[in-house]
Amino acid sequence: MYPDYMTESLKKVVASRNKRFELAKSGKPVYPPMDADEREDVLNKFHPDFKKESRKKIRIGPNKGELLTTEVTEMLESHSRIKPELFDLSNPDYETDILIIGGGGAGCAAAIVAMQHGAKSIISTKLRMGDANSMMSQGGMQAAVKPQDSPTRHYLDAMGGGHFDNKPALVRALTEDGPNVVKWLEELGMIWDKDEEGSLQAMHGGGTSRKRMLSSRDYTGAIIMRTLMDEVRNNPDKITTLEFTPTVELIMDARGRAAGGILYNIETEEYFTVKAKATINATGGYGRLHIRGFDTTNHYGATGDGLVMSYRAGAKLMYMDSVQYHPTGSVFPEQIAGFLITEAIRGAGGQPLNKFGELFVFPREPRDVESAAIIRECVEADNGIATPSGRLGVWLDSPLIDMLQGDGYINRHFPAMHRQFIRYGIDIKEEPMLIYPSLHYQNGGVEINDKCESNIPGLYVAGEASGGVHGRNRLMGNSVLDYNVFGRRAGTYATEYAKKVKLGKLNIEHVNAYEEELKKARIKTDLIAPVLLPSYTPESVRKRQLTAHYEGTLR
Amino acid sequence: MAKKKAVKKSDAKATEEKMVTVFIMGKGYKVPAEATIMGAIEYAGYLLKRGAGCREGFCGACATVYRMPGDYKIYTGLACTTRVEEGMWLAQLPASPAHKAIYDIKKIKPEVATIQELYPEVFRCVACNSCSKACPQDLEVMDYIQEAKRGNIAAVMDLSFDCVMCGLCAIRCPAEIVQYNVGLLCKRLYGRYLAPESKELTKRIKEVKSKKFDKEFKELMTAKKSDLEKQYYDRDLES
Ligand SMILES: Cc1cc2nc3c(=O)[nH]c(=O)nc-3n(C[C@H](O)[C@H](O)[C@H](O)COP(=O)(O)OP(=O)(O)OC[C@H]3O[C@@H](n4cnc5c(N)ncnc54)[C@H](O)[C@@H]3O)c2cc1C
Ligand code: FES
Repeated sequence: MYPDYMTESLKKVVASRNKRFELAKSGKPVYPPMDADEREDVLNKFHPDFKKESRKKIRIGPNKGELLTTEVTEMLESHSRIKPELFDLSNPDYETDILIIGGGGAGCAAAIVAMQHGAKSIISTKLRMGDANSMMSQGGMQAAVKPQDSPTRHYLDAMGGGHFDNKPALVRALTEDGPNVVKWLEELGMIWDKDEEGSLQAMHGGGTSRKRMLSSRDYTGAIIMRTLMDEVRNNPDKITTLEFTPTVELIMDARGRAAGGILYNIETEEYFTVKAKATINATGGYGRLHIRGFDTTNHYGATGDGLVMSYRAGAKLMYMDSVQYHPTGSVFPEQIAGFLITEAIRGAGGQPLNKFGELFVFPREPRDVESAAIIRECVEADNGIATPSGRLGVWLDSPLIDMLQGDGYINRHFPAMHRQFIRYGIDIKEEPMLIYPSLHYQNGGVEINDKCESNIPGLYVAGEASGGVHGRNRLMGNSVLDYNVFGRRAGTYATEYAKKVKLGKLNIEHVNAYEEELKKARIKTDLIAPVLLPSYTPESVRKRQLTAHYEGTLR
Repeated sequence: MAKKKAVKKSDAKATEEKMVTVFIMGKGYKVPAEATIMGAIEYAGYLLKRGAGCREGFCGACATVYRMPGDYKIYTGLACTTRVEEGMWLAQLPASPAHKAIYDIKKIKPEVATIQELYPEVFRCVACNSCSKACPQDLEVMDYIQEAKRGNIAAVMDLSFDCVMCGLCAIRCPAEIVQYNVGLLCKRLYGRYLAPESKELTKRIKEVKSKKFDKEFKELMTAKKSDLEKQYYDRDLES
């Protein structure tokens, strides 16, 4: 239920709805899309990335001297959790062909494909398998399967969305593998939305010029992720899963190749060593770093661990100056602040409106542009709606969807969204939602090529942890595709490599060397990374947590 | 690296905010009345390692059981999306011991015999409806178990679609069925065997395999940025 003081504004939304409906039905753009100059202007002035304090120069490591997102720079200029001299690597606790770090979509896809190519793997994951951003994607996955569409059309859309900074070979891999991924998943048991004849349902997303968003109601990620997890679990003799056991550092061999990792059981606080012929970093994104203090859509373990582990070992990062804020995070009620409202809502005809019930932006601009326009409407034009706790937002008019697509559409296609709000007495079929941009996606990551190789031999990277595929702005539906395409490629190429490589003596010297670099650069910090979990302990409790010395590593 | 601003904000608010008392595994804590169960546990000072995953109602990591004062009933909910109430007595069930059948999806069939073989306990269902009552997603769990008994794979798929596999149904089931794994099995059977084939997809895969887009890709990949930009802004939009 919305508080009484919002009634006035809600009435205006209702009042303008019929006119907006007529225009939408006519097929003309409901608001003029921006040209290149207008896009640049709104980004420069209102996107959080373009604020001066949003970026900070990194003083050490492979990207030394570059401006990266401030919180990322701080996380990278940190101490390790371990003292290398305490580890005996001559007798590792586990040995395997491939160590896969991260049990999300990319990690599971890699494990399955590696298995099909004859490699055994260990998946080290922080929480449970599938406690991952992959479980949460609602809107869908892009793949050019329709006759009026093509992989090259998909390529052009992805390049434009990424402001042409994307690595061409990666975008080709992404778009050309797309149709195959749809099939591969279906053969594993994934359910795609289809009509009776088998024709795949395809919708628009921000920045798409053809309808190519494939979905599974609004549980797309959950259905894919659970299919992949189930397949992993059906093969316990080939894939070993270690849950609640994140990796905290990479292990290298004498020739500077990645050769496994140091794992940490977050419950018993023990460490374990894994020797692996090849290593795949699939740790996902960093939303839980709460960059610029933003709420996030991400899962609990999204703390950018893969970045810092790989960086310490010498991996080069790409586009780590760019953060994706999803245009439509919810701001009301307070309990679901930051939660994602799928872009498919706008794909199906939902419209962002200011407090006067007016459109102020084309609803399907690329995400960074759409977000910046929403912030502009709230901050500059002062046309936002304030929530009781002081957050600002604009309306996202969902009742329009059933008008445009026919009665029952919301119930059939957005059961998760509907459920999220009806719990708090808001029926999105009758009333709009209140939204504001929310921290959503790590656009950059460890730079890879189309075989998922990083600059460190033996270190493969796939999914949100990697950089280059999306340039500085990912389009909706391209990261579900990304973790499948590149998860599979990582599995294939890491297996190929693992079959040939002969590892030398293991070491974790790079951790000491990095510590030296910190000292030389006179960096003083008490930060320890990987971060592993965010802390939401309130200040009032922290004040009392006064233990002076800890036995072991508890807290 | 905490959510600095947000934490401070909710702290400041706490003084003016309405508070309620909840009993977390038996011990009482005062927490903001508008908090979710998960928010309340963290507000009390716990650092969650178990019982939190997506934090948005998709992963099922946060199953919780609770009772209310003066009420004999056991309630269930997801900690990340359920609001606290005055006097709530709660405990999380972050994992439920469950049996999962191992199978090769390529070798099984979408029929009742598969259910009989992999999950024979399904046929012990006494139709008590405890599972449906326990479901935090309000699914008709018992109905899909009944459909599973009939081998109606498509109906199980449909009815169990929104399942987050939190385990609450299985814990309440007197017949010891693991409902959510039956649902998942049927979903995979449906996707692989029963969903109608997409002809356009089959065709597109053939085109990709025959390198149909090779030339266009090469042109796009070597185009000057300005040319690519022009193509991009000039492209037509499907309505
Ligand atoms: C709410 C939401 C909705 C989304 N909707 C869409 C959508 O509709 N379409 C789309 O294309 N994209 C969407 N995305 C983005 C997309 O889901 C993700 O980018 C993608 O799933 C990332 O997959 P991944 O495998 O790389 O990472 P994840 O799925 O996040 O998996 C990473 C795994 O690594 C684990 N991990 C982290 N650190 C460590 C460590 N140190 N050691 C071991 N394990 C570790 C994590 O716990 C996690 O299990 C959405 C994202 C969110 C959050
Ligand atoms: S934490 Fe994922 S469902 Fe609650």
